[in-house]
Amino acid sequence: MRRGFAGKVGVLVAVLAVVAAGCTREQPGGDEGAQEARSLLAVVQDRGTLRCGVNETVPGFGFATEAGTIEGFDIDFCKAIAAAVLGDPEAHELVPISADERFNALRSGQYDVLVRNTTWTSSRDGAEGVAFAHVNFYDGQGMMVRKGAFRAVKDMDKTTVCVTAGTTTELNLADYAQLLDIKIEQLTFETNDEILEAFKAKRCDGWTSDRSQLAGLKFQFESQTGPLVILDDIMSKEPLAPAVLDGDSDWYDAVNWTVNGIILAEELGVTSENVQDEAANPSNPQIGNLLGAPTEEGAPFDPGLGLEPDFMVGVLTAVGNYGEIFERHVGKDGLGLERGLNALWRDGGLQYAPPFR
Amino acid sequence: MAETATARKARPPLLRDVRFLRVLGQAAFVVALVLVLREIFLNLQFGLERQGLDLEFEFLRQRAGFGIKEGISYNPNQSYIRAIQVGIVNTIRAAGVGIVLASVLGLVMGVARLSPNWLVRKLAQVYVEIFRNTPLAVQIFFWYFGVVLLLPAIEGGVSLWDVGFISNRGAAIPWPRSREGAGTWLLFLLAGILAAWVVRRWRTRVSDRTGRPHHRFLWAAGTFLAFGVFGYVVAGTPIGVDIPEATGRGYEGGFELSPEFAALLIGLVVYTGAFIAEIIRGSILAVEKGQKEAAEALGMAPRQQLRFVVLPQAMRIAIPPLNSQYLNLTKNSSLAVLIAYPDLLFVSRTIANQAGRATQVLLIAMGTYLTLSLIISFFMNLINRAVTRKGARR
Repeated sequence: MRRGFAGKVGVLVAVLAVVAAGCTREQPGGDEGAQEARSLLAVVQDRGTLRCGVNETVPGFGFATEAGTIEGFDIDFCKAIAAAVLGDPEAHELVPISADERFNALRSGQYDVLVRNTTWTSSRDGAEGVAFAHVNFYDGQGMMVRKGAFRAVKDMDKTTVCVTAGTTTELNLADYAQLLDIKIEQLTFETNDEILEAFKAKRCDGWTSDRSQLAGLKFQFESQTGPLVILDDIMSKEPLAPAVLDGDSDWYDAVNWTVNGIILAEELGVTSENVQDEAANPSNPQIGNLLGAPTEEGAPFDPGLGLEPDFMVGVLTAVGNYGEIFERHVGKDGLGLERGLNALWRDGGLQYAPPFR
Repeated sequence: MAETATARKARPPLLRDVRFLRVLGQAAFVVALVLVLREIFLNLQFGLERQGLDLEFEFLRQRAGFGIKEGISYNPNQSYIRAIQVGIVNTIRAAGVGIVLASVLGLVMGVARLSPNWLVRKLAQVYVEIFRNTPLAVQIFFWYFGVVLLLPAIEGGVSLWDVGFISNRGAAIPWPRSREGAGTWLLFLLAGILAAWVVRRWRTRVSDRTGRPHHRFLWAAGTFLAFGVFGYVVAGTPIGVDIPEATGRGYEGGFELSPEFAALLIGLVVYTGAFIAEIIRGSILAVEKGQKEAAEALGMAPRQQLRFVVLPQAMRIAIPPLNSQYLNLTKNSSLAVLIAYPDLLFVSRTIANQAGRATQVLLIAMGTYLTLSLIISFFMNLINRAVTRKGARR
């Protein structure tokens, strides 16, 4: 009787285990198939909103305003992608994320695209498993100090410098100090808010970051910290670009060509003001291709990116061309930065977009 | 009796049989547990594969490249492994010093909570209630941004007779530095300890024989001091003093305490001290009242009652809960990440980010914290056993 009882239990357990194992074994396979078949492009279009991983602590690029919205250069690129993919620049959701968490969050699908002043590097392309679109801002690392404290980074031996965790900045600072043969103590915080507190208390002598970021921080916080200067040293190359997950070329192309289109629009002289006129009546065939304007035969040029042929019309109406976005947030009407490396190629800068053809 | 016999014979249907249901419940639980673990592992494997990541640890040999501001000697050209070692040592430093100081603070506050003096009692109570009932992360932020960083900046730093300095860049005090002959002197000191022990035993025996006060501690200390002084002269001033210097942007030499370490340490000690105080108080109250009365009847002063009768017995009760407080303190030291103290978690996160291998690095961090905790538990269990056995000897 006893044995029979135990036997029954044993059989039951075995059956349960087999059934349960059978159930789970199929699931990952099924998931995998679905993942490979569907590009994020289709997923986003079905969902109807675009989710962007952004920064909310860098004035000019992505900064939470008093009204509670987040505004800036990177945010406009998020709007542009929403306009391109969904036809509505407002169909986006901004997900603020720390530098430290940004790639994990992208990989785990918390957002579709990362537009958060992220430097394009080989190990991020490789080990981090992300893919970078066309560079939307060419930057370099700089050093900000209290006015009159130092004239160059080489004078900063035996000082303390504040830096954000999980950035290329951390690595460049160590390399640059080695190059100059000086000793710099590196105080690493999670966010700019904590650095600001430490900097105000004079815990650190310098604040290092991308020069564009420093310009924004200087603009925003100088009233709290007293006069600041950004030293002339350029410690590194920092090409900043939107990033998406590796291995989804449909989605990558959509993001990449939105950026390309915005740059090309400046080169071709299409602005948010004249885009409607140009779309109705393009002044040359290149503009016609860019805006997907109907040709004499009737059918517009369609590059086959999985987007509407006239997707750039919506983008340019919403945010304007590269020059307009730049001036609005970080140039004349924003932080007051020069175009510098970010001028168009024909003006001596590096911004150069492949053609729509 | 007859009823139970019939009940045993007529078994209930299987699904209403308690014994069967118990076994079924346990079996179902085991199956569920195995399935959940399997699912977690498969998910990890699947996720890593999809993201093109691997589970190898070879990358740890790569150049770290980032700076770490304090700890054992390190430079950015060394490997990730070295960086992790720096983090581990920094964690042990914070946890080790924290455990000692928290125990002292907790003991004082725990005894103070039972003080006959109203003011002392109430102050101790206020301390315990405030720090036990607010989140540690908030407290650490407060100590760092609200206290330590508000110390004078380095230009206006406080100078203690030009040999010690305090500012929000840290504190520096003179510290002994060994010179030539230090080894010889160390031998003299060891000999001194041995001699002091012999003298102490001798005085105890003399006192036992004659009944006069032994003063054995005085004798032993005197012996040790004599050896020390003699040795110091023989070895030719083997110990120098390292006096810190203000270099304008920081301090050099002497013993340095960084603001981040100080804030973390204060936070951990004050927070854990409040819990330890409650454990001490509870343990003292748990000692039978008769013990104290008996000590009183023997004519012991209140201090002696506490020292010789109550505390030894209270300690026996206190050690298991103390162990878990020590473990908490060690694990809580990972909040260092909030205030830029480069502990194990801080370094691990930096590596996870720079090398793009979060899974491996966090596994290492978890393994290390687990090992530290087990070591602490091991020693606390040794102490526990020692104390228990001493008590059992009658």
